Amino acid sequence: MRVESERDLSEALRDVAGPVRIVGGDTRPVGARGGARLSVAIRGISLYEPAALTLVAGAGTPLAEVEAVLAAEGQRLPFEPVRWGPVLGAGGDSTIGGVVAANVSGPRRVQAGACRDSLIGVRFVDGTGVVVKNGGRVMKNVTGYDLVKLMAGSWGTLGVLSEVSFKLLPASTTEATLIVADLTPAEAVAALSAALGSPYDVTGAGWMPGVGAMLRVEGLAESVAYRAGRLAALLAPFGSPRQERDGSATLWRDLGELVVFQGQPGDLWRFSLRPSEAPAVVARLGCPVVLDWGGGLVWALVPEGVDARALAAPYAGHATRMRGSASGVATFQPEPAPLAALAAGLRARFDPRGILNPGSMG
Amino acid sequence: MQMPIPNPTILARKAQIVARLRAVLPADAVIDDPAETRAYECDALSAYRCQPLAVVLPRSTAEVAAALRICHEERVPVVPRGAGTSLAGGAMPSEDAVVLGLARMNAVLEVNYPDRFIRVEAGRTNLSVTGAVEESGFFYAPDPSSQLACAIAGNIAMNSGGAHCLKYGVTTNNLLGVTLVTMAGEVLEIGGAHLDAPGLDLLGVICGSEGQLGVVTEATLRILAKPEGARPVLIGFDANEVAGACVADIIRAGVLPVAIEFMDRPCIRATEDFAHAGYPDCEALLIVEVEGSPAEIDEQLGLIRQIAAHHNPVEFREAETEEEARRIWLGRKSAFGAMGQINDYMCLDGTIPVSALPLVLRRIGEMSAEAGLDVANVFHAGDGNMHPLILYDANLPGDLARCEALGAEILKLCVEVGGCLTGEHGVGVEKRDLMAVQFEASDLEAQMRVKDVFDPVWLLNPAKVFPLAISAARRAG
Repeated sequence: MRVESERDLSEALRDVAGPVRIVGGDTRPVGARGGARLSVAIRGISLYEPAALTLVAGAGTPLAEVEAVLAAEGQRLPFEPVRWGPVLGAGGDSTIGGVVAANVSGPRRVQAGACRDSLIGVRFVDGTGVVVKNGGRVMKNVTGYDLVKLMAGSWGTLGVLSEVSFKLLPASTTEATLIVADLTPAEAVAALSAALGSPYDVTGAGWMPGVGAMLRVEGLAESVAYRAGRLAALLAPFGSPRQERDGSATLWRDLGELVVFQGQPGDLWRFSLRPSEAPAVVARLGCPVVLDWGGGLVWALVPEGVDARALAAPYAGHATRMRGSASGVATFQPEPAPLAALAAGLRARFDPRGILNPGSMG
Repeated sequence: MQMPIPNPTILARKAQIVARLRAVLPADAVIDDPAETRAYECDALSAYRCQPLAVVLPRSTAEVAAALRICHEERVPVVPRGAGTSLAGGAMPSEDAVVLGLARMNAVLEVNYPDRFIRVEAGRTNLSVTGAVEESGFFYAPDPSSQLACAIAGNIAMNSGGAHCLKYGVTTNNLLGVTLVTMAGEVLEIGGAHLDAPGLDLLGVICGSEGQLGVVTEATLRILAKPEGARPVLIGFDANEVAGACVADIIRAGVLPVAIEFMDRPCIRATEDFAHAGYPDCEALLIVEVEGSPAEIDEQLGLIRQIAAHHNPVEFREAETEEEARRIWLGRKSAFGAMGQINDYMCLDGTIPVSALPLVLRRIGEMSAEAGLDVANVFHAGDGNMHPLILYDANLPGDLARCEALGAEILKLCVEVGGCLTGEHGVGVEKRDLMAVQFEASDLEAQMRVKDVFDPVWLLNPAKVFPLAISAARRAG
């Protein structure tokens, strides 16, 4: 099935007899994959007001189209959406609705918040075909419950997104990245934390094999130069940082898209942690890693079938298996029973027939 | 404004219910003497008052859970209360409800600078969260104007904003985790010091749920390193439209100030009489604040000066010293107090698309003239969150009703131009009956389903947010 309008989507869900697998660009094949394919091709940017920092688009609008339209006005999505297709072995073009359904945020999440933080409105169709709107097109809105947040990262299990609205930010004119090479991931976390705890407004803090610890500053030219200088001084105890200007954007795209893991065999895991827990987790995993969000996000490439969640324990965060299919290992972090019961209760009310990506999240 | 008829069975059982609460809570944690419960009869929306059945003031999550279990068993509604500063009646009791106040739970539980978070008991005041970390160079970003008094619990319930949220976001963007006690008395840990949810974003829907899904007793909050400095400028204009256009141009130019505040002539006059901040005599003024090192501030203000020049400002005043910066903010920060000096007022909170600002200001002026009530405007212009203040006289029969009618019309206008009823204060009882202006029945049904899951018998703050007719069947259950 392929739907091109909210009305078609509503009718399709009302009339469908069995489970559906909801697909935007089909670039994030995570979790259960059963059911009839339902391709959401509701496309087009229905509103873009640069002076109000607001964009509204159909959920099936390609991410690339959104990015191009914003770039032409010197603006961007604050949370720096990243494409996982290549590392997950999936082709296709990422859609803006898919980005929301998976709450995908890139390196700037550490400073500008996640996808869910920039999302200000949604329209979706629940599992019975009823259209629901929540939030809107203004950036401050506390009218009623915030189902916008609930929909972000729900992987289609509460409803199928038809339209999404974002608050935007001006794109920065200049960026620079400081690199401290020769740090292990564990050593890097302390350097990243020091930088993130400074007033210099770091918008990226990660570690990549072959590069080392990376810290990004963005903004107006003189300000970037000033903050890069102050950060270099701050980082002196950890090594001698070098500054990358022209290659900065590429470095962060490579980190966000996990270029070093593309085409590599093994299972790919994603851990969200307190940054200070990352060194111990990385040591227990003993596998190649990429760090983002100051160490709060650990990407781990483990041999096929390994339960990295168990291997990394104990930690107070959560882990998702992004690529890998061995049975007996849950894709999403199993939740404590009372929270799982709440989640199941919500699913039962929004999708009483259990047809939306069934079994995907738990 | 209507409230449901109090449940006579509960009123008749008051003595037994209070005795059961006393049996599990310390003696001073249960108040039922009407002379003492009077202090809890309203919040900052003081036009509406009602004495509660009783008030409980627990000192721990365990005590909150114990009190909720009893109320759940007795089928007694519970109204959670932080500091009682809600402008929407979020903490207004009903006669058959127990008020659960968190004021005694105000401890700092953990501060972690490498991981940049603080964990506090939720009765702690907003400003004292920053107070706990500022010596180390950190702060908690959301800054509602009641921040000296308001509690984190209420901030979470209403998803509070503030003047600086253009850059730093509102409560939901700075909240990492909560300890939540359900109406049934179950204690849940949701989120934590890590980022993002493992499954459904329950934290996201709890924040802003106006105390209807559970009682938040502890919160993990993101803290940020304080910027090196901040400096405001004051820009005066001879027309609201021009000031609005200047805001749009600043945003388009790629500068992101931490705050852009807007005041119109009635508001400028009133605050000038009250606070003597030395504001220019003009139609509209903007206060724009930027942050960073002195050089960074100069760079940003240089751009803003260039942009403002295109709009022929009647004044462009840059703060050269701390004292001048203080004076620029003085009028804005005294605005509500100043209006309170000359009149009773009702403070609205609708948000509009920034592009609709000139139209909405003009329409408000016309509506104000038609209704014969003055309206002053002071608001967060960068994000379109309006705060029209409607002036009325509480002693004049019928004036409050006329004021409320005008308020409703203004909020409908906000929705009409693509905005919403409330940007940061919440729905409470105040905007409850206007919800159908913004939402279809199916939209409200979807929201109420969430409450069905967390609080199946609808005992937590039940008569708020949703129009009574729509929630009637559920509340009766």
